[in-house]
Amino acid sequence: MAEHAEGGHGPMHQFEIQQLIPIKVGGYDISYTNSALFMTFAVVLTALLFWGATRHRTMVPGRLQATAEMLYEFVAGMVKENTGQEGMKYFPFVFTLFLFILFGNFLGLMPYAFTYTSHIIVTAAMALFIFVAVTIIGFARHGLHFFSLFVPPGAPLGIAIILAPLEFFSYLIRPVSLSLRLFANMLAGHVLLKVLAGFIISLGVVFGAVPFIAVFGVTFLEIMVAAIQAYVFALLTCIYLNDAIHLH
Amino acid sequence: MPQFDPSSFASQLFWLLVMFVALYWIVSRIAVPRIGEVLEQRARVIQDDLDRATQLKAETDAAVAAYDKAMADARAQAYEHMKVIQADMKAVADKRTADVAATVAQQIADAEARIAQAKQSALDSLKTISADTARDVVGKLAGLSPDAGSVDAAVAAALKDAR
Repeated sequence: MAEHAEGGHGPMHQFEIQQLIPIKVGGYDISYTNSALFMTFAVVLTALLFWGATRHRTMVPGRLQATAEMLYEFVAGMVKENTGQEGMKYFPFVFTLFLFILFGNFLGLMPYAFTYTSHIIVTAAMALFIFVAVTIIGFARHGLHFFSLFVPPGAPLGIAIILAPLEFFSYLIRPVSLSLRLFANMLAGHVLLKVLAGFIISLGVVFGAVPFIAVFGVTFLEIMVAAIQAYVFALLTCIYLNDAIHLH
Repeated sequence: MPQFDPSSFASQLFWLLVMFVALYWIVSRIAVPRIGEVLEQRARVIQDDLDRATQLKAETDAAVAAYDKAMADARAQAYEHMKVIQADMKAVADKRTADVAATVAQQIADAEARIAQAKQSALDSLKTISADTARDVVGKLAGLSPDAGSVDAAVAAALKDAR
């Protein structure tokens, strides 16, 4: 799709969408692409993980079951802590979101892999869905009283009048910041890795050791970022849900 | 940047929807209920164990209390028995002591009576001997034969003075 001077091996090449199975429905190109392939991997791996983990369901868990339980309890704890007991009905959604992003980030770190969370359209779609869903939940639970979310609690009237538009704006900007954070983190990390790795080749065996060590370190950093960004995305979703459920 | 190429948006959104819904189905239908069940079951087993431990501890405490009570009762009973037996033994001992003392006193009294009797008879025979001796001495030395009555009286008077 985009042309690069380095003949398809520039730092941006890894983000290119490649059609694997062309599909066209009603004028829309919904081809099965490398992005869809890695989403499939994520779904299949998650399914395998939970199928394998819950096959025997022992009182004392094995490694796989312990992993699945840890993920479950981590996200369940996060949802409960941030949204209370009423928020637990959204736990499967938050858990799905967390796993989808986590597996997308982790799978993308493998050589030659594609990172679907590095595409703004994917992160924006998830963020917008959350924004719309949270707003609907807020209005469904509180009606017009939901607007009191924009009035800071305990603020005098004069300050509240100034702050309310700011709060409203920050509410509207939520999907933007939510989607950009994940997208930018993934994009920057992968570009950085690719650029540094390119230096290894161009600097040769002796001086290439320096970027090699850097890539080594940045890879660990990116593994951390992959987990942290999945956590942050899920955590912010919980905080937004809490606003909609409890108002402040 | 491939990210801003809108030609791939429809495909990405479509597959995102498909895959996210599939994952949601797996998570909500398989992962969450199954793991939730395991965790709940484990929590229940742990709670049951704790409950049973509490119950067993209560039973143990009750048993210990019963044991302590039985021990205290037995000790008190033994003490009572000992007191009764001691009292009985003391009574028997006192009675025996009294009996022995009475017997001894009787024997002493008898002995004293015999001694007194012996002394009396000795004194009486002394009187007779003295009188006879006096009469013989008087008869031999003075040639007198004093009558028995005056000799006896003189001997009695002399014995009275000697005493």
